[in-house]
Amino acid sequence: MSTLALNASRLCKRYGPLRAVDDVSFSVRHGEIVGLLGPNGAGKTTTINMVLGILQPSSGSVAIEGIDIARNRSRALAHTNFAAAYAQLPGNLTVLQNLRFFGLLYDVAGLRARIEQLLIEFDLQGLRDTRSGVLSSGEQTRLALAKAVLNRPRLLLLDEPSASLDPSAADLIRSHIRAMASEAGCGILWTSHNMYEVEQTCHRVLFVSHGRILLEGDPRALPQEHGVATLEELFIRLAREPLAPPRAAS
Amino acid sequence: MKTRPIAAIALRQFYLMRSSPTRTLPMVAWVVIDIILWGFISRYLNSITSTGVDFTSSLLGAVLFWDFFTRVMTGVTMAFFEDVWSRNFINLFASPLLISEYLSGLVLTGTATSMVGLIAMVAIATPLFGLHYAALGLLLASAMVLRLGPASEWLVWPIPAFLSPFVGVFYPLSTLPPWMQAVGHLLPPAYVFEAMRAVIAGRPYPAAALWAGVALAALYVLLASWLFTHIYRYAVRSGLLARYSAESVS
Repeated sequence: MSTLALNASRLCKRYGPLRAVDDVSFSVRHGEIVGLLGPNGAGKTTTINMVLGILQPSSGSVAIEGIDIARNRSRALAHTNFAAAYAQLPGNLTVLQNLRFFGLLYDVAGLRARIEQLLIEFDLQGLRDTRSGVLSSGEQTRLALAKAVLNRPRLLLLDEPSASLDPSAADLIRSHIRAMASEAGCGILWTSHNMYEVEQTCHRVLFVSHGRILLEGDPRALPQEHGVATLEELFIRLAREPLAPPRAAS
Repeated sequence: MKTRPIAAIALRQFYLMRSSPTRTLPMVAWVVIDIILWGFISRYLNSITSTGVDFTSSLLGAVLFWDFFTRVMTGVTMAFFEDVWSRNFINLFASPLLISEYLSGLVLTGTATSMVGLIAMVAIATPLFGLHYAALGLLLASAMVLRLGPASEWLVWPIPAFLSPFVGVFYPLSTLPPWMQAVGHLLPPAYVFEAMRAVIAGRPYPAAALWAGVALAALYVLLASWLFTHIYRYAVRSGLLARYSAESVS
């Protein structure tokens, strides 16, 4: 088994002269939670889309559990799962139907028992026959996360998973995610604009701007290293003044 | 290919139909109207002509098969559009689902929903208009339709109305001018309708011709799958798939 849940190597995505992602390399180890931070349009979602195989890089490679996604997409994606605000689950299916549908899609063994376990874990038992389209945003997030862990992924991609949650629910979700990493050894790539949450949860962060990784390090140590008081201050500074000018496409 | 992801695609449609009369009603409503309308037309033609031709067998049989073909087409198209409307592509294509599994699931769904219409048509046509399957030898032809149906769906999907004159739904291909006959011989449903007329007329079952139709259907399935895969790869390369999903939140 690979020691890395994810290895992205020299990823580039060009749209004509625009470099949405420019020579980005990073990895996520098992049991590690890595925060992918950056302002809107920095290239975070483009990077995640390339990891998920729904966007082909212009150059570079992505390996999940050591499996190159370009060569063996299905086998690589069997080890991963995701939850994102822009990928809502079919609203005309109930909670239970959604979990069955995705359980079959990911070919989950012992599906019935797994679903029951997740319904309890994410406090969705009372909503099992409710259509997901009428759930509150917090309930929808819990369902999206239950779907995201259905197949016990070795790599979990979370694009702002707690954006619509109240503090208590967000804390509960963070606990779940930390447990996924520490107990199940799942590698997690997480995007968030909530710096408190990032400090609380992530072992390491990558700051992305103009499609490039500008900084990498421990979210609790980085602010001091760069002469600011908080991670949020560092974020604002990086978002407004990138450390190096972006390279133009050749 | 795995069976469970294919089952997932079909199960999703089953869930949608089970919960919505607006989806299930059209499966039988239109075919019932067609059978009643054409049944009475056939009965009227039998009463005013003395040609010895049994219009009930020929016309009603043709309507029955043509409705089946077009229902398969509608079934697959609707299943596909459910994913378009619910912006579900990112969930599907960021999973281990293979394109071949997705297409198989759609075709399975289209065929299964069409069978409901076919059963309704036979249930009405047999007692009301004396269309006896066993007597007509249509059971054998029906088995062939099941083999040809999905392939024929890919054929008639874009413009079924345009194809209907060429496949000889209500008349033998020999009625057509040579160039239309040539086109007709390229279309799998034409072989089914020719076979149906041969059986009704008491001629031997044209097995060789039907196998030629099966071979053509298989070829069209391969071509359609190649085209779908080609378009999918273009969408992944150009970012259309990822952008399409992201647009859902704007």
